Amino acid sequence: MTRTITQFLFASLFFVLLSFAAAAQDVVSGNVSDSKTGAPLSGVTVTLKGTVTKAQTTGDGLFKINVPAKNGTLVISYVGYVTQEINVAGNNAGSISLVQSNQQLNEVVVVGYGSARKKDLTGAVTVVTSKDFQKGQISSPEQLIAGKVAGVSITSNGGAPGSGSTIRIRGGSSLNASNDPLIVVDGVPLDNAGISGSANALSLINPNDIESFNILKDASATAIYGSRASNGVIIITTKRGQAGKTKVNFNTQLSVGKITKKVDVLAADEFRSYVNANGTAEQKSLMGNASTDWQDEIYQSASTSDNNISITGACHNAPYRLSIGYLNQQGILKTDKLERATLGFNYSPKFFNNNLKADINFKASQTGTRFANRGAIGTAATFDPTQPVYSSSNRYNGYYEWLDPNATTGLRALAPKNPVGLLQQQNDVSDVKRSIGNLVLEYKLPFFPALRANLNLGYDVANGTGTNYINDSAASTYRRYVDAGGIPHGGVSSNFRQEKRNTLMEFYLGYNRDLTSIKSKLDVIAGYSYNDFLTTNYFFADRTSDGRVTPGSNPKFPFDQPRYTLISFYGRLNFSLMDRFLLTATVRDDGSSRFSSDNRWGIFPSAALAWKMKEESFLKNSKVISDMKLRFGYGVTGQQDGIGYYDYIPYYTLSNNSAQYQLGNTFYNMYRPNGYYANRQWEQTATTNIGLDYALLNNRINGSIEVYQKKTTKLLNEIDQPAGTNFSNKIVANVGDMENRGVEFNINADVVKSKDFTWNIGFNATYNRNEITKLTISDDPNYRGNQYGGISGGTGTTLFINTVGLPKGSFYVYQQVYDAAGKPIDGLFEDRNRDGLINTDDLYQYKNADPEAFFGFTTNVNYKKFNAGFVMRANVGNYVYNNVNSTLGTNNVIFGTGYLNNAYSDLLNTGITGTKAGYILSDYYIQNASFLRMDNFNLGYNLGKVLKGSANLRINANIQNVFVITKYKGLDPEIQGGVDNNFYPRPRTFTIGANLDF
Amino acid sequence: MNKIILKSTLGFLLVAAISSCTKNLDRLPTNDTTSEVVYSSFEGYQQAFAKVYGAFALTGNAGPAGNGDVQAIDEGTSDFLRLYWWMQEISTDEAVVQVGWNDPGIHFFHPMNWTTDNVILKGLYYRSFYQITLANDFIRQASDANLAKRGITGDNAAKVKQFAQEARFLRAFQYSVMMDLYGNPPFATEADVPGASLPRQISRADLFDYVERELKDMENSIPLTNEYGRVNKSAVRALLSRIYLNAEIFRGVAKNQEAAAYAKKVVDEGGYSLISDYRNLMRADNNTNKEEFIFTINYDGIRTKGYGGTTFLTHATVGGGMTASNYGIGGGWGGVRTTKNLPNLFPDPNGSTDQRAQFFTNGQNIELDAEPASSFTKGYAVTKYRNITKSGSQGSSPDFSDIDFPLFRTAEMYLNYAEAVLRDPAAGDATTALNYINALRTRAYGGSTSGNINSTQLTLDFILDERARELQWECFRRTDLVRFAKFTTDAYLWPWKGGVSSGTGVASYRNLFPIPASDVNSNSNLTQNPGY
Repeated sequence: MTRTITQFLFASLFFVLLSFAAAAQDVVSGNVSDSKTGAPLSGVTVTLKGTVTKAQTTGDGLFKINVPAKNGTLVISYVGYVTQEINVAGNNAGSISLVQSNQQLNEVVVVGYGSARKKDLTGAVTVVTSKDFQKGQISSPEQLIAGKVAGVSITSNGGAPGSGSTIRIRGGSSLNASNDPLIVVDGVPLDNAGISGSANALSLINPNDIESFNILKDASATAIYGSRASNGVIIITTKRGQAGKTKVNFNTQLSVGKITKKVDVLAADEFRSYVNANGTAEQKSLMGNASTDWQDEIYQSASTSDNNISITGACHNAPYRLSIGYLNQQGILKTDKLERATLGFNYSPKFFNNNLKADINFKASQTGTRFANRGAIGTAATFDPTQPVYSSSNRYNGYYEWLDPNATTGLRALAPKNPVGLLQQQNDVSDVKRSIGNLVLEYKLPFFPALRANLNLGYDVANGTGTNYINDSAASTYRRYVDAGGIPHGGVSSNFRQEKRNTLMEFYLGYNRDLTSIKSKLDVIAGYSYNDFLTTNYFFADRTSDGRVTPGSNPKFPFDQPRYTLISFYGRLNFSLMDRFLLTATVRDDGSSRFSSDNRWGIFPSAALAWKMKEESFLKNSKVISDMKLRFGYGVTGQQDGIGYYDYIPYYTLSNNSAQYQLGNTFYNMYRPNGYYANRQWEQTATTNIGLDYALLNNRINGSIEVYQKKTTKLLNEIDQPAGTNFSNKIVANVGDMENRGVEFNINADVVKSKDFTWNIGFNATYNRNEITKLTISDDPNYRGNQYGGISGGTGTTLFINTVGLPKGSFYVYQQVYDAAGKPIDGLFEDRNRDGLINTDDLYQYKNADPEAFFGFTTNVNYKKFNAGFVMRANVGNYVYNNVNSTLGTNNVIFGTGYLNNAYSDLLNTGITGTKAGYILSDYYIQNASFLRMDNFNLGYNLGKVLKGSANLRINANIQNVFVITKYKGLDPEIQGGVDNNFYPRPRTFTIGANLDF
Repeated sequence: MNKIILKSTLGFLLVAAISSCTKNLDRLPTNDTTSEVVYSSFEGYQQAFAKVYGAFALTGNAGPAGNGDVQAIDEGTSDFLRLYWWMQEISTDEAVVQVGWNDPGIHFFHPMNWTTDNVILKGLYYRSFYQITLANDFIRQASDANLAKRGITGDNAAKVKQFAQEARFLRAFQYSVMMDLYGNPPFATEADVPGASLPRQISRADLFDYVERELKDMENSIPLTNEYGRVNKSAVRALLSRIYLNAEIFRGVAKNQEAAAYAKKVVDEGGYSLISDYRNLMRADNNTNKEEFIFTINYDGIRTKGYGGTTFLTHATVGGGMTASNYGIGGGWGGVRTTKNLPNLFPDPNGSTDQRAQFFTNGQNIELDAEPASSFTKGYAVTKYRNITKSGSQGSSPDFSDIDFPLFRTAEMYLNYAEAVLRDPAAGDATTALNYINALRTRAYGGSTSGNINSTQLTLDFILDERARELQWECFRRTDLVRFAKFTTDAYLWPWKGGVSSGTGVASYRNLFPIPASDVNSNSNLTQNPGY
């Protein structure tokens, strides 16, 4: 019922907007240009003062406007320029030159379904434009803004080429669904799922094509994206063409990445003396004579080249931009490699007297990746350092391996495989093609220019394919099975293929009106959106390297096509009163195929109010305060990402061919009824945000302070089902509540601002506190929480717990007891409940992986033709479980049955045997991982005109990951998720580059 | 005019968009299907029926792992046999596991200090109830009304109704496991629609009566012979014999006469006997042991893959100096061994006299140095389960076992009969009892009668030891020790019982396992077993 009413209201709004009208008048013409460059300005708004009559300049800066009796005042306004008024008398208004306003507050901010001037914003929105991006060799876009935005934490998932990042805006509002923000690229929302064959779907977009990131943080800004907005929205806008002369930019970078730190395992001699001191004669005899640093054997200096060329100009008076990029990046792990070619094109022609504006965006990329076997990272840490890389035999392609003459494979069971062999014998390659594009048509009704209709047709398609080949001599897959004829088959020759076809259709009507009599403005939009996400996963049999299908691996189905559709109605009203008070109200009605028809539609409203205090008499003449605005917003958003597409349907799954059951002489594939939760619906987050924007001393200092509270209800938690009531004993149900509260602060200052010398700094700080307030249907005092999160070294052991009253993801561990010297006593834990037993009742919640606060600091200095700068980031209060120490730091790990393993060097301090119950869950391994990292340090020099003055050349040099200061003992303190195990090291990267403008 | 056209067009588009949208939101999975589709054909019924059985053998719908049935436990460890085996064996003198074997909760069984959130006891509880829930659903789907509605008639309808009877047996079997291990579980049948209400709790005695009633009814509805892997009348009777033997524990009333009578019916009417070589019981091709196996869980190295079941029993038992290929596997996982009590029941550990002694002793120390022991080489390894055929070749895969697991076999019936007669002479015939025991011993001694006993040697204590010799590592030990009042008491000790090197008794409430805390917390009808 509610839905029908909403839809009716939306429909009515369309008609209301259509039913305005206007009449024709006398024509005045003129042209507008930039006061500095003299370049014509297109898209400038020319308004006849006191009326709603408006016109816009064309690509060559010309405009025509109806002026009754050719007499009146024209208001010429353009984003980024100071507004001018001129009096007209006659048909020609002449040449008008607009002066650029350098005020940041005039920056245009892209918001959902439109744009706004920064000074008119009512929500918490941060813009980062290309001039403020992180510098250096960056192959995935989100890294451009790491540390730049308060409230946004961006943690790269490791140092592999093209590796993705985990982005968290204001802490994340979910436990079991996704905490990733919605990402919209030039108006096309992306699905957050990756693409097979690509380490990170976002890396398929060339960072060099990006003009700005607009980060929408509070509900007033995000609620127009409804059920996908609880974790914030990032709108990425690519660089556009500029009218005028054709310009060519060529940018080239060369870089070298090097490993900064290795896992601290015993050196060959330390290992030898340990085994000699503690091993049996038989174990000692297993040692070899070599001294191999296995980590040196698997890592390399990784070189990268990144070349980009772009052309901008005008075609038929309409701006276009064409860019081509080619990246060739090696990983520091041997055999890791990424090659990416990208093409970007946009074109913005106008038709019918500029009443119809078209905007065409096209992005395409092709990425070829060779994935190194990541298993080698862990194996290199653990492989016996007294053994050589190569054996003297040809078996197993000549790599040294642990042998067992009695085994059918000749290999020692459970022993690690040679890490160099793992890398060199695997050829796991993928080819991923992706294209994102859209056509936006915006039509201003000629008889009624206050009304505009906007149609956005978009797509995001991708194909990922790949093969993995390991030859049959490789130890890792040696003699996988013996066929009926007694012939062994080994190696791997496997395929994968995935296709994505995501489509988008959006349509909205916008209406704006200046109510000059009360110095007010009204801007309304109402629209409809259809977004479809279709993925096709193809299934393949598992094959040995000779192409034979391994028994039982033929897929039951050739492919699967998960699909989800989102249909939405949305509207927004912006009203500014007396240029002092700004009101924004939005509403979105989302219908999602992920939920049953009873729970399918949800309404997500928001409202925000801003007060431009600077306009008030008590601040108007202040010399110190150059701007001040107070904002208040409230809204409700939803969260459906990470919820299964069909979880509400009671459906049956047929088992695969290696899970058949024999009855009589027939093997049957089994139909299984799956557990389901019919009442599954979105999580809801209500956000309250109070913000203050300030600018001091003629804008030399500016920034904002935000205070927010996000209350998530209908939080999905995995709860136990009473036995006998469902086909699954655990179901993810909408039962919980959670809260995030935080403060964000940022400040930018031009410390020195003179003709030859400028120095600016930017600093941001974020404090976020997360608390789970409810997890079960009824309050159960015995419910300690939901345990989850596996760790290496303990099959089925969980490390984390979600407990009411604590932040999400507390470590759930035993409290280690230490001796007088501060050394952990092996296997001795605090009996916390004093029942005389050490068992799971003694586990306790201790710290968590999310930082309490994080900071970003950026500074840049320009002196004449030189510039330099750096970016630093810090996290405080985040903890990491050192899984490398817990699995490798024991005496037990060294002495395998028939083989030896290297150990983490902390063993020499702790002497932990690894034979005591529960040692792997000791809180000794939970370590403070607060850190300060310098992300990059850069230097540049502008050589000025080269090539006989036809081009401008800039050169630069850059170091990334310059240093890290931390107390954390492991490889790297910055570990998303808080479990440090076989982490792909982040390299230190040295880059030199040149940038040429023609 | 233009305006009107434009308005109408926009209006039309809008209406079209709104009306078409709702349909587009009904997305359905590609390869999965609904119950209406599954149960529209006989073949669908057959495949759903296969799941009711297959839930015994497999951990989920993707072999060997990847789409598990039971949550909150590592999928590889979540099958019925592996969990049932752990709880029935590792808590006794028959099995130990050393440090480094990190299945969560495993190290609390041998010292007998498990708690209500133990992952293993929780895993078996939910696995057993999972099969009960599947059986309930299948029985509902096979109702006359449903069959008629879906047009399943004639021979097919008769077959489906037969399936439903077998599902009923599997449910009764799982309830007997619940009764034995957890005592007073929640209770639901096909009459309880899932999710409609919380299952009520049933007392151990009432559950006994229910299982007894069900089985006696099925004795009339399940045929004497059936396909391999499916339940027959003898299996129904064998389960009756088993619960009657334990009736004093389960029901508080001894029912030895019934225990003996049903054991004898299995042997006589079912025509079951012993295979000739004890060492061929647990082999890759043991599906040929049809004269002895009454009901089996079936495994296959290629088509029925998982990390539990006999794959677990063949791999977890191989380590130390054992040569993996001798056991038909690619490599052992080095986990399970036994305390000295088991080998000490035999004249020698190498099987040169009693062939049921199948121990690997090379490099193994019979004594356990700690709990958990420091390495695989502490305690003798047991080589009963071998993924090699009787003729000595490897099973179909070195990684997954072909061995079928007999839930009921003739030897148990012989032992049940003898024990019941010893406990109540009126239950049967003492000579038959002695003959049954000597049949087992003659086979064990390779056809020689040198190991045979006389009637004065046939005592209850002898029966308990003989059960250990004959049925070792077949999930009987805990139930047997409880029945003989030796599980928690000081009357019988084994190394590290109660966490003490020489063994000590523990509180008697540990004769029952607790109901998992998770279910007590989510079902307000449940009361925890006493002591926990």
